[in-house]
Amino acid sequence: MRKVLPLLERVRLLGRSGLDVLEALGRSTLFLLRVLLGRGQFGSGFQLLVRQLYSVGVLSLPIIVVSGVFIGMVLSLQGYNILSSYGSEQAVGQMVALTLLRELGPVVTALLFAGRAGSALAAEIGNMKSTEQLSSLEMIGVDPLKYIIAPRLWAGFISMPLLAMIFSVVGIWGGAMVAVDWLGVYDGSFWANMQNSVSFSEDVLNGVIKSVVFAFVVTWIAVFQGYDCEPTSEGISRATTRTVVYASLAVLGLDFILTALMFGDF
Amino acid sequence: MSADDTYAVELKEVTFTRGSRTIFDSVDIRIPRGKVTGVMGPSGCGKTTLLRLIAAQLKPDSGQVWVNGRNLPELSRADLFDMRKQFGVLFQSGALFTDLDVFENVAFPLRVHTKLPDEMIRDIVLMKLEAVGLRGALELAPDELSGGMKRRVALARAIALDPQILLYDEPFVGQDPIAMGVLVRLIRLLSDTLGITSILVSHDLAETASIADYLYVVGDSQVLGQGTPAELMNSENPRIRQFMQGIPDGPVPFHYPAPDYRTDLLGGD
Repeated sequence: MRKVLPLLERVRLLGRSGLDVLEALGRSTLFLLRVLLGRGQFGSGFQLLVRQLYSVGVLSLPIIVVSGVFIGMVLSLQGYNILSSYGSEQAVGQMVALTLLRELGPVVTALLFAGRAGSALAAEIGNMKSTEQLSSLEMIGVDPLKYIIAPRLWAGFISMPLLAMIFSVVGIWGGAMVAVDWLGVYDGSFWANMQNSVSFSEDVLNGVIKSVVFAFVVTWIAVFQGYDCEPTSEGISRATTRTVVYASLAVLGLDFILTALMFGDF
Repeated sequence: MSADDTYAVELKEVTFTRGSRTIFDSVDIRIPRGKVTGVMGPSGCGKTTLLRLIAAQLKPDSGQVWVNGRNLPELSRADLFDMRKQFGVLFQSGALFTDLDVFENVAFPLRVHTKLPDEMIRDIVLMKLEAVGLRGALELAPDELSGGMKRRVALARAIALDPQILLYDEPFVGQDPIAMGVLVRLIRLLSDTLGITSILVSHDLAETASIADYLYVVGDSQVLGQGTPAELMNSENPRIRQFMQGIPDGPVPFHYPAPDYRTDLLGGD
Protein backbone atom coordinates (compact mmCIF):
# COMPACT_ATOMS: atom_id res chain seq x y z
CA MET A 1 0.00 0.00 0.00
CA ARG A 2 1.35 3.39 -0.95
CA LYS A 3 1.62 5.84 1.92
CA VAL A 4 0.50 9.41 1.29
CA LEU A 5 3.03 11.76 2.82
CA PRO A 6 1.70 14.75 4.74
CA LEU A 7 2.41 18.13 3.19
CA LEU A 8 4.94 19.12 5.81
CA GLU A 9 6.88 15.91 5.26
CA ARG A 10 7.02 16.62 1.52
CA VAL A 11 8.29 20.13 2.14
CA ARG A 12 10.91 18.67 4.48
CA LEU A 13 12.01 16.14 1.84
CA LEU A 14 12.20 18.88 -0.79
CA GLY A 15 14.36 20.97 1.52
CA ARG A 16 16.54 17.96 2.32
CA SER A 17 17.17 17.19 -1.36
CA GLY A 18 17.93 20.88 -2.01
CA LEU A 19 20.49 20.83 0.81
CA ASP A 20 21.94 17.57 -0.55
CA VAL A 21 22.45 19.17 -3.96
CA LEU A 22 24.17 22.20 -2.41
CA GLU A 23 26.35 19.97 -0.27
CA ALA A 24 27.40 17.88 -3.30
CA LEU A 25 28.22 21.10 -5.20
CA GLY A 26 30.37 22.30 -2.32
CA ARG A 27 32.11 18.94 -2.01
CA SER A 28 32.84 18.77 -5.73
CA THR A 29 34.24 22.32 -5.73
CA LEU A 30 36.55 21.58 -2.80
CA PHE A 31 37.56 18.35 -4.51
CA LEU A 32 38.43 20.24 -7.71
CA LEU A 33 40.43 22.87 -5.82
CA ARG A 34 42.39 20.19 -3.98
CA VAL A 35 43.18 18.40 -7.24
CA LEU A 36 44.25 21.56 -9.05
CA LEU A 37 45.96 23.49 -6.28
CA GLY A 38 47.43 20.85 -3.95
CA ARG A 39 51.19 20.42 -4.04
CA GLY A 40 52.52 17.70 -6.32
CA GLN A 41 54.44 14.92 -4.69
CA PHE A 42 54.95 12.28 -7.31
CA GLY A 43 57.74 12.68 -9.83
CA SER A 44 56.39 10.67 -12.72
CA GLY A 45 53.36 12.94 -13.26
CA PHE A 46 54.10 13.41 -16.95
CA GLN A 47 54.21 9.66 -17.56
CA LEU A 48 50.86 9.23 -15.82
CA LEU A 49 49.39 12.04 -17.92
CA VAL A 50 50.60 10.47 -21.17
CA ARG A 51 49.06 7.14 -20.19
CA GLN A 52 45.73 8.82 -19.48
CA LEU A 53 45.90 10.89 -22.68
CA TYR A 54 46.12 7.59 -24.48
CA SER A 55 43.21 5.89 -22.71
CA VAL A 56 40.97 8.96 -22.53
CA GLY A 57 41.91 10.67 -25.81
CA VAL A 58 43.42 8.26 -28.31
CA LEU A 59 40.99 5.45 -27.54
CA SER A 60 38.07 7.87 -28.08
CA LEU A 61 39.31 8.66 -31.59
CA PRO A 62 37.44 5.90 -33.47
CA ILE A 63 33.99 6.89 -32.15
CA ILE A 64 34.74 10.59 -32.73
CA VAL A 65 35.98 10.08 -36.29
CA VAL A 66 33.15 7.75 -37.33
CA SER A 67 30.47 9.98 -35.78
CA GLY A 68 32.07 13.10 -37.29
CA VAL A 69 32.06 11.66 -40.81
CA PHE A 70 28.43 10.55 -40.60
CA ILE A 71 27.20 13.81 -39.07
CA GLY A 72 29.01 15.80 -41.77
CA MET A 73 27.47 13.59 -44.45
CA VAL A 74 23.95 13.95 -43.03
CA LEU A 75 24.32 17.72 -42.69
CA SER A 76 25.47 17.97 -46.26
CA LEU A 77 22.63 15.82 -47.54
CA GLN A 78 19.94 17.73 -45.63
CA GLY A 79 21.52 21.06 -46.49
CA TYR A 80 21.67 20.21 -50.17
CA ASN A 81 17.98 19.19 -50.24
CA ILE A 82 16.86 22.46 -48.67
CA LEU A 83 19.32 24.83 -50.36
CA SER A 84 18.86 23.37 -53.84
CA SER A 85 15.17 24.32 -53.76
CA TYR A 86 16.36 27.94 -53.54
CA GLY A 87 19.07 27.33 -56.15
CA SER A 88 21.84 28.02 -53.65
CA GLU A 89 23.32 24.57 -53.20
CA GLN A 90 26.84 26.00 -53.42
CA ALA A 91 26.27 27.41 -49.91
CA VAL A 92 26.16 23.89 -48.51
CA GLY A 93 29.88 24.06 -47.61
CA GLN A 94 29.31 27.20 -45.58
CA MET A 95 26.36 25.62 -43.79
CA VAL A 96 28.19 22.39 -42.94
CA ALA A 97 31.31 24.21 -41.70
CA LEU A 98 29.47 26.75 -39.55
CA THR A 99 27.16 24.15 -38.02
CA LEU A 100 30.08 21.89 -37.15
CA LEU A 101 32.49 24.54 -35.90
CA ARG A 102 30.00 26.53 -33.87
CA GLU A 103 27.72 23.83 -32.51
CA LEU A 104 27.90 20.19 -33.41
CA GLY A 105 31.66 19.77 -33.15
CA PRO A 106 31.97 20.82 -29.50
CA VAL A 107 28.54 19.58 -28.38
CA VAL A 108 28.45 16.13 -30.00
CA THR A 109 32.09 15.50 -29.08
CA ALA A 110 31.31 16.38 -25.47
CA LEU A 111 28.26 14.06 -25.44
CA LEU A 112 30.22 11.21 -27.01
CA PHE A 113 33.14 11.87 -24.68
CA ALA A 114 30.82 11.74 -21.67
CA GLY A 115 29.42 8.43 -22.90
CA ARG A 116 32.73 6.76 -23.71
CA ALA A 117 35.51 8.29 -21.65
CA GLY A 118 33.45 9.94 -18.86
CA SER A 119 31.60 6.77 -17.90
CA ALA A 120 34.84 4.76 -18.10
CA LEU A 121 36.62 7.25 -15.82
CA ALA A 122 33.83 7.18 -13.24
CA ALA A 123 33.65 3.37 -13.30
CA GLU A 124 37.42 2.96 -13.08
CA ILE A 125 37.83 5.35 -10.15
CA GLY A 126 34.74 3.93 -8.42
CA ASN A 127 36.14 0.43 -8.81
CA MET A 128 39.47 1.54 -7.37
CA LYS A 129 37.59 2.95 -4.41
CA SER A 130 35.55 -0.21 -3.84
CA THR A 131 38.64 -2.45 -4.02
CA GLU A 132 40.39 -0.13 -1.51
CA GLN A 133 43.09 0.81 -4.02
CA LEU A 134 42.56 4.51 -3.25
CA SER A 135 42.82 3.88 0.52
CA SER A 136 45.86 1.75 -0.13
CA LEU A 137 47.54 4.61 -2.02
CA GLU A 138 46.77 6.97 0.85
CA MET A 139 48.35 4.56 3.28
CA ILE A 140 51.46 4.24 1.15
CA GLY A 141 51.69 8.00 1.51
CA VAL A 142 50.60 8.87 -2.01
CA ASP A 143 47.73 11.31 -2.44
CA PRO A 144 45.20 9.64 -4.78
CA LEU A 145 44.01 13.10 -5.82
CA LYS A 146 47.45 13.72 -7.31
CA TYR A 147 48.26 10.24 -8.52
CA ILE A 148 44.88 9.02 -9.83
CA ILE A 149 42.56 12.01 -10.24
CA ALA A 150 44.82 14.83 -11.48
CA PRO A 151 46.25 13.01 -14.55
CA ARG A 152 42.75 11.92 -15.59
CA LEU A 153 41.37 15.42 -15.14
CA TRP A 154 44.16 17.03 -17.18
CA ALA A 155 43.91 14.31 -19.84
CA GLY A 156 40.23 15.17 -20.27
CA PHE A 157 40.91 18.94 -20.40
CA ILE A 158 43.58 18.46 -23.04
CA SER A 159 42.10 15.76 -25.21
CA MET A 160 38.49 16.87 -25.62
CA PRO A 161 39.16 20.18 -27.43
CA LEU A 162 41.50 18.28 -29.76
CA LEU A 163 38.87 15.63 -30.35
CA ALA A 164 36.30 18.35 -31.09
CA MET A 165 38.62 19.85 -33.72
CA ILE A 166 39.18 16.44 -35.28
CA PHE A 167 35.40 15.90 -35.25
CA SER A 168 34.80 19.15 -37.14
CA VAL A 169 37.56 18.44 -39.67
CA VAL A 170 36.35 14.94 -40.55
CA GLY A 171 32.76 16.22 -40.51
CA ILE A 172 33.60 18.85 -43.11
CA TRP A 173 35.43 16.20 -45.11
CA GLY A 174 32.36 13.89 -44.94
CA GLY A 175 30.15 16.82 -45.97
CA ALA A 176 32.40 17.59 -48.93
CA MET A 177 32.35 13.95 -49.99
CA VAL A 178 28.54 13.91 -50.15
CA ALA A 179 28.05 17.38 -51.66
CA VAL A 180 30.94 17.51 -54.11
CA ASP A 181 31.60 13.89 -55.02
CA TRP A 182 28.08 12.46 -54.90
CA LEU A 183 25.65 15.32 -55.40
CA GLY A 184 27.77 17.26 -57.89
CA VAL A 185 28.11 20.63 -56.15
CA TYR A 186 30.96 22.54 -57.82
CA ASP A 187 33.93 22.09 -55.52
CA GLY A 188 35.29 25.60 -56.15
CA SER A 189 32.15 27.25 -54.82
CA PHE A 190 31.80 24.69 -52.01
CA TRP A 191 35.22 25.55 -50.55
CA ALA A 192 35.23 29.25 -51.52
CA ASN A 193 31.87 29.87 -49.82
CA MET A 194 33.16 28.13 -46.75
CA GLN A 195 36.38 30.14 -46.72
CA ASN A 196 34.58 33.46 -47.18
CA SER A 197 32.01 32.93 -44.46
CA VAL A 198 33.97 31.18 -41.72
CA SER A 199 35.80 33.62 -39.49
CA PHE A 200 38.67 32.31 -37.39
CA SER A 201 38.05 34.53 -34.36
CA GLU A 202 34.26 34.36 -34.55
CA ASP A 203 33.60 30.73 -35.41
CA VAL A 204 36.69 28.56 -34.97
CA LEU A 205 37.88 30.18 -31.74
CA ASN A 206 34.41 30.31 -30.19
CA GLY A 207 34.00 26.62 -30.98
CA VAL A 208 37.32 25.87 -29.29
CA ILE A 209 36.33 27.93 -26.24
CA LYS A 210 33.08 25.96 -26.03
CA SER A 211 34.89 22.64 -26.17
CA VAL A 212 37.37 23.75 -23.50
CA VAL A 213 34.46 24.62 -21.19
CA PHE A 214 32.71 21.32 -21.97
CA ALA A 215 35.96 19.40 -21.42
CA PHE A 216 36.34 21.00 -18.01
CA VAL A 217 32.78 20.28 -16.92
CA VAL A 218 32.46 16.73 -18.31
CA THR A 219 35.78 15.51 -16.90
CA TRP A 220 35.16 17.18 -13.55
CA ILE A 221 31.75 15.50 -13.26
CA ALA A 222 33.21 12.11 -14.28
CA VAL A 223 36.15 12.05 -11.86
CA PHE A 224 34.09 13.48 -9.00
CA GLN A 225 31.28 10.96 -9.45
CA GLY A 226 33.83 8.14 -9.45
CA TYR A 227 35.66 9.46 -6.39
CA ASP A 228 32.50 10.29 -4.45
CA CYS A 229 30.55 7.12 -5.24
CA GLU A 230 29.44 4.57 -2.71
CA PRO A 231 32.04 1.79 -2.89
CA THR A 232 29.61 -0.95 -3.94
CA SER A 233 28.63 -2.34 -7.35
CA GLU A 234 25.34 -0.42 -7.12
CA GLY A 235 27.19 2.75 -6.19
CA ILE A 236 29.52 2.41 -9.17
CA SER A 237 26.65 1.84 -11.59
CA ARG A 238 24.87 4.91 -10.17
CA ALA A 239 28.07 6.95 -10.59
CA THR A 240 28.46 5.99 -14.27
CA THR A 241 24.80 6.74 -15.00
CA ARG A 242 24.99 10.06 -13.18
CA THR A 243 28.16 10.96 -15.06
CA VAL A 244 26.50 10.54 -18.44
CA VAL A 245 23.22 12.19 -17.42
CA TYR A 246 24.68 15.17 -15.51
CA ALA A 247 27.44 15.74 -18.07
CA SER A 248 25.00 15.64 -21.01
CA LEU A 249 22.58 18.05 -19.34
CA ALA A 250 25.42 20.36 -18.30
CA VAL A 251 26.80 20.39 -21.85
CA LEU A 252 23.44 21.18 -23.43
CA GLY A 253 22.61 23.86 -20.86
CA LEU A 254 26.04 25.47 -21.06
CA ASP A 255 25.91 25.36 -24.85
CA PHE A 256 22.84 27.57 -24.83
CA ILE A 257 24.42 30.02 -22.39
CA LEU A 258 27.70 30.15 -24.31
CA THR A 259 25.92 30.51 -27.67
CA ALA A 260 23.84 33.37 -26.27
CA LEU A 261 26.98 35.08 -24.97
CA MET A 262 29.01 34.52 -28.13
CA PHE A 263 26.52 34.94 -30.91
CA GLY A 264 23.43 36.56 -29.32
CA ASP A 265 22.81 40.26 -29.73
CA PHE A 266 22.32 41.27 -26.12
CA MET B 1 52.18 14.90 24.71
CA SER B 2 52.05 11.17 24.38
CA ALA B 3 52.35 9.71 27.84
CA ASP B 4 54.55 6.70 27.37
CA ASP B 5 57.12 5.38 24.92
CA THR B 6 56.11 1.78 25.59
CA TYR B 7 53.03 2.41 23.49
CA ALA B 8 53.24 2.94 19.74
CA VAL B 9 49.62 4.02 19.41
CA GLU B 10 47.36 5.63 21.98
CA LEU B 11 43.73 6.57 21.55
CA LYS B 12 42.57 8.93 24.27
CA GLU B 13 38.87 9.56 24.84
CA VAL B 14 38.13 9.10 21.17
CA THR B 15 34.55 9.69 20.11
CA PHE B 16 33.42 9.00 16.58
CA THR B 17 29.91 9.22 15.19
CA ARG B 18 28.54 8.41 11.78
CA GLY B 19 25.25 10.20 11.14
CA SER B 20 23.17 9.65 14.27
CA ARG B 21 25.05 6.47 15.23
CA THR B 22 27.81 6.62 17.82
CA ILE B 23 30.53 4.17 16.77
CA PHE B 24 32.93 5.00 19.61
CA ASP B 25 32.08 6.87 22.77
CA SER B 26 35.13 8.20 24.62
CA VAL B 27 37.25 5.13 23.98
CA ASP B 28 40.80 4.65 25.37
CA ILE B 29 43.06 2.12 23.65
CA ARG B 30 46.82 1.70 24.07
CA ILE B 31 48.82 -0.46 21.67
CA PRO B 32 52.13 -1.73 23.10
CA ARG B 33 55.20 -1.22 20.93
CA GLY B 34 56.65 -4.27 19.18
CA LYS B 35 53.77 -6.58 20.12
CA VAL B 36 50.85 -8.12 18.25
CA THR B 37 47.64 -6.56 19.52
CA GLY B 38 44.29 -7.94 18.45
CA VAL B 39 41.13 -5.85 18.33
CA MET B 40 38.10 -8.09 18.33
CA GLY B 41 34.38 -7.68 18.42
CA PRO B 42 31.20 -8.65 16.64
CA SER B 43 30.67 -7.63 12.99
CA GLY B 44 29.64 -4.02 12.56
CA CYS B 45 31.00 -2.88 15.93
CA GLY B 46 33.45 -0.48 14.28
CA LYS B 47 36.68 -2.48 14.15
CA THR B 48 37.62 -1.31 10.66
CA THR B 49 36.61 2.24 11.67
CA LEU B 50 39.09 1.94 14.54
CA LEU B 51 41.83 0.97 12.10
CA ARG B 52 40.98 3.94 9.89
CA LEU B 53 41.07 6.25 12.92
CA ILE B 54 44.55 4.97 13.80
CA ALA B 55 45.67 5.45 10.19
CA ALA B 56 44.04 8.93 10.20
CA GLN B 57 41.87 8.11 7.22
CA LEU B 58 39.03 9.20 9.48
CA LYS B 59 39.03 12.08 11.94
CA PRO B 60 37.50 11.56 15.39
CA ASP B 61 34.77 13.96 16.52
CA SER B 62 36.78 14.45 19.69
CA GLY B 63 39.76 12.90 21.43
CA GLN B 64 43.37 12.29 20.52
CA VAL B 65 45.10 9.66 18.40
CA TRP B 66 48.81 9.57 19.27
CA VAL B 67 51.15 7.65 17.00
CA ASN B 68 54.86 7.70 17.80
CA GLY B 69 54.48 10.91 19.76
CA ARG B 70 52.32 12.86 17.29
CA ASN B 71 48.62 13.58 17.58
CA LEU B 72 47.31 12.69 14.12
CA PRO B 73 44.05 14.71 14.03
CA GLU B 74 46.16 17.88 14.45
CA LEU B 75 48.46 17.19 11.49
CA SER B 76 48.06 18.90 8.11
CA ARG B 77 47.20 16.81 5.04
CA ALA B 78 50.81 16.97 3.83
CA ASP B 79 52.23 15.97 7.25
CA LEU B 80 49.76 13.11 7.40
CA PHE B 81 50.92 11.70 4.08
CA ASP B 82 54.46 11.95 5.40
CA MET B 83 53.51 10.26 8.67
CA ARG B 84 51.83 7.40 6.85
CA LYS B 85 55.21 6.14 5.63
CA GLN B 86 55.53 4.69 9.14
CA PHE B 87 52.45 2.53 8.54
CA GLY B 88 51.89 -0.59 6.53
CA VAL B 89 48.30 -1.66 6.01
CA LEU B 90 46.99 -4.99 4.88
CA PHE B 91 43.49 -4.35 3.59
CA GLN B 92 40.77 -6.98 3.66
CA SER B 93 40.73 -7.28 -0.14
CA GLY B 94 44.51 -6.98 -0.52
CA ALA B 95 43.92 -3.79 -2.54
CA LEU B 96 46.63 -4.58 -5.06
CA PHE B 97 46.90 -2.12 -7.96
CA THR B 98 45.25 -4.00 -10.79
CA ASP B 99 47.22 -2.28 -13.55
CA LEU B 100 50.60 -3.36 -12.07
CA ASP B 101 52.07 -6.87 -11.81
CA VAL B 102 53.21 -8.44 -8.53
CA PHE B 103 56.74 -7.05 -8.80
CA GLU B 104 55.60 -3.50 -9.54
CA ASN B 105 53.00 -3.63 -6.76
CA VAL B 106 55.68 -4.41 -4.19
CA ALA B 107 58.12 -1.96 -5.79
CA PHE B 108 55.55 0.86 -5.82
CA PRO B 109 56.20 2.32 -2.33
CA LEU B 110 59.95 2.14 -2.96
CA ARG B 111 59.69 3.95 -6.29
CA VAL B 112 57.49 6.66 -4.76
CA HIS B 113 59.42 7.32 -1.57
CA THR B 114 63.03 6.46 -2.32
CA LYS B 115 65.56 7.29 -4.98
CA LEU B 116 67.10 3.82 -4.93
CA PRO B 117 68.57 2.48 -8.17
CA ASP B 118 66.55 -0.14 -10.03
CA GLU B 119 68.90 -3.00 -9.10
CA MET B 120 68.49 -2.27 -5.41
CA ILE B 121 64.71 -1.96 -5.70
CA ARG B 122 64.72 -5.34 -7.45
CA ASP B 123 66.74 -6.92 -4.63
CA ILE B 124 64.47 -5.49 -1.92
CA VAL B 125 61.32 -6.61 -3.77
CA LEU B 126 62.74 -10.12 -4.17
CA MET B 127 63.56 -10.24 -0.45
CA LYS B 128 60.08 -9.12 0.54
CA LEU B 129 58.46 -11.60 -1.86
CA GLU B 130 60.74 -14.36 -0.55
CA ALA B 131 59.57 -13.53 2.97
CA VAL B 132 55.95 -14.21 1.95
CA GLY B 133 56.90 -17.20 -0.22
CA LEU B 134 55.94 -15.64 -3.56
CA ARG B 135 59.27 -14.81 -5.18
CA GLY B 136 58.31 -17.09 -8.08
CA ALA B 137 55.10 -15.13 -8.75
CA LEU B 138 56.71 -11.76 -9.45
CA GLU B 139 55.57 -11.55 -13.06
CA LEU B 140 51.95 -12.52 -12.42
CA ALA B 141 49.10 -10.01 -12.63
CA PRO B 142 46.86 -9.57 -9.54
CA ASP B 143 43.93 -11.28 -11.26
CA GLU B 144 46.05 -14.42 -11.72
CA LEU B 145 46.49 -14.81 -7.95
CA SER B 146 44.27 -16.64 -5.46
CA GLY B 147 42.76 -14.68 -2.54
CA GLY B 148 45.41 -15.91 -0.13
CA MET B 149 48.25 -15.08 -2.53
CA LYS B 150 46.85 -11.57 -3.07
CA ARG B 151 46.99 -10.94 0.66
CA ARG B 152 50.55 -12.22 0.85
CA VAL B 153 51.63 -9.92 -2.01
CA ALA B 154 49.82 -7.08 -0.25
CA LEU B 155 51.72 -7.98 2.92
CA ALA B 156 55.01 -7.88 1.00
CA ARG B 157 54.02 -4.41 -0.29
CA ALA B 158 53.01 -3.29 3.20
CA ILE B 159 56.47 -4.18 4.57
CA ALA B 160 58.37 -2.81 1.55
CA LEU B 161 59.38 0.37 3.38
CA ASP B 162 60.03 -1.45 6.68
CA PRO B 163 57.20 0.27 8.55
CA GLN B 164 57.12 0.56 12.32
CA ILE B 165 53.43 -0.23 12.58
CA LEU B 166 51.47 -2.81 10.59
CA LEU B 167 47.70 -2.71 10.51
CA TYR B 168 45.78 -5.82 9.46
CA ASP B 169 42.12 -5.48 8.52
CA GLU B 170 40.37 -8.85 8.87
CA PRO B 171 43.31 -10.79 7.41
CA PHE B 172 41.70 -14.21 7.85
CA VAL B 173 38.30 -13.59 6.25
CA GLY B 174 37.53 -15.95 3.36
CA GLN B 175 40.81 -17.86 3.61
CA ASP B 176 41.17 -21.62 3.34
CA PRO B 177 42.87 -23.34 6.32
CA ILE B 178 46.27 -23.51 4.59
CA ALA B 179 46.27 -19.83 3.57
CA MET B 180 45.07 -18.93 7.05
CA GLY B 181 47.90 -20.94 8.64
CA VAL B 182 50.44 -19.24 6.36
CA LEU B 183 49.14 -15.77 7.27
CA VAL B 184 49.10 -16.51 11.00
CA ARG B 185 52.71 -17.69 10.82
CA LEU B 186 53.78 -14.67 8.73
CA ILE B 187 52.19 -12.10 11.02
CA ARG B 188 53.86 -13.60 14.08
CA LEU B 189 57.18 -13.98 12.26
CA LEU B 190 57.21 -10.36 11.04
CA SER B 191 56.48 -9.08 14.50
CA ASP B 192 59.13 -11.25 16.16
CA THR B 193 61.93 -10.78 13.65
CA LEU B 194 61.45 -7.12 12.67
CA GLY B 195 60.02 -5.83 15.94
CA ILE B 196 57.03 -4.36 14.11
CA THR B 197 54.03 -3.22 16.14
CA SER B 198 51.11 -5.18 14.71
CA ILE B 199 47.47 -4.25 15.14
CA LEU B 200 45.12 -6.96 14.05
CA VAL B 201 41.43 -6.28 13.60
CA SER B 202 39.49 -9.48 13.32
CA HIS B 203 36.53 -11.49 14.48
CA ASP B 204 38.28 -14.83 13.91
CA LEU B 205 38.69 -15.75 17.51
CA ALA B 206 40.96 -18.79 17.45
CA GLU B 207 43.50 -17.39 14.97
CA THR B 208 43.69 -13.97 16.58
CA ALA B 209 43.96 -15.35 20.09
CA SER B 210 46.71 -17.73 18.93
CA ILE B 211 49.07 -14.95 17.79
CA ALA B 212 48.07 -11.86 19.78
CA ASP B 213 50.06 -10.81 22.83
CA TYR B 214 47.26 -8.56 23.98
CA LEU B 215 43.57 -8.34 23.05
CA TYR B 216 40.90 -5.66 23.09
CA VAL B 217 37.23 -6.58 22.76
CA VAL B 218 35.09 -3.72 21.49
CA GLY B 219 31.33 -3.43 21.16
CA ASP B 220 28.48 -1.07 22.07
CA SER B 221 30.74 1.92 21.29
CA GLN B 222 32.99 0.91 24.19
CA VAL B 223 36.00 -1.21 25.02
CA LEU B 224 34.29 -4.17 26.68
CA GLY B 225 37.47 -5.73 27.92
CA GLN B 226 41.20 -6.06 27.48
CA GLY B 227 43.96 -8.40 28.52
CA THR B 228 46.00 -11.35 27.35
CA PRO B 229 44.05 -14.00 25.41
CA ALA B 230 44.09 -16.29 28.47
CA GLU B 231 42.73 -13.55 30.74
CA LEU B 232 39.88 -12.79 28.37
CA MET B 233 39.01 -16.47 27.91
CA ASN B 234 38.46 -16.69 31.66
CA SER B 235 36.66 -13.37 31.96
CA GLU B 236 33.57 -13.18 34.15
CA ASN B 237 32.07 -10.37 32.07
CA PRO B 238 29.01 -11.93 30.35
CA ARG B 239 29.47 -9.91 27.13
CA ILE B 240 33.10 -10.97 26.77
CA ARG B 241 32.22 -14.55 27.66
CA GLN B 242 29.50 -14.61 25.02
CA PHE B 243 31.92 -13.37 22.37
CA MET B 244 34.90 -15.49 23.38
CA GLN B 245 32.81 -18.64 23.59
CA GLY B 246 30.60 -17.92 20.58
CA ILE B 247 27.25 -18.20 22.40
CA PRO B 248 24.46 -17.21 19.94
CA ASP B 249 22.15 -15.44 22.42
CA GLY B 250 23.02 -13.43 25.48
CA PRO B 251 23.84 -9.81 26.23
CA VAL B 252 24.26 -9.44 22.43
CA PRO B 253 20.76 -10.55 21.42
CA PHE B 254 20.07 -13.02 18.61
CA HIS B 255 17.05 -10.97 17.50
CA TYR B 256 17.22 -7.55 15.91
CA PRO B 257 14.96 -5.19 17.92
CA ALA B 258 11.37 -5.81 16.77
CA PRO B 259 7.81 -5.27 18.07
CA ASP B 260 6.17 -8.10 19.97
CA TYR B 261 6.02 -11.22 17.77
CA ARG B 262 2.39 -12.09 18.57
CA THR B 263 1.15 -8.53 18.04
CA ASP B 264 3.10 -8.34 14.79
CA LEU B 265 1.59 -11.57 13.45
CA LEU B 266 -2.00 -10.72 14.41
CA GLY B 267 -1.98 -7.01 13.81
CA GLY B 268 -0.68 -6.83 10.22
CA ASP B 269 -2.95 -5.31 7.55
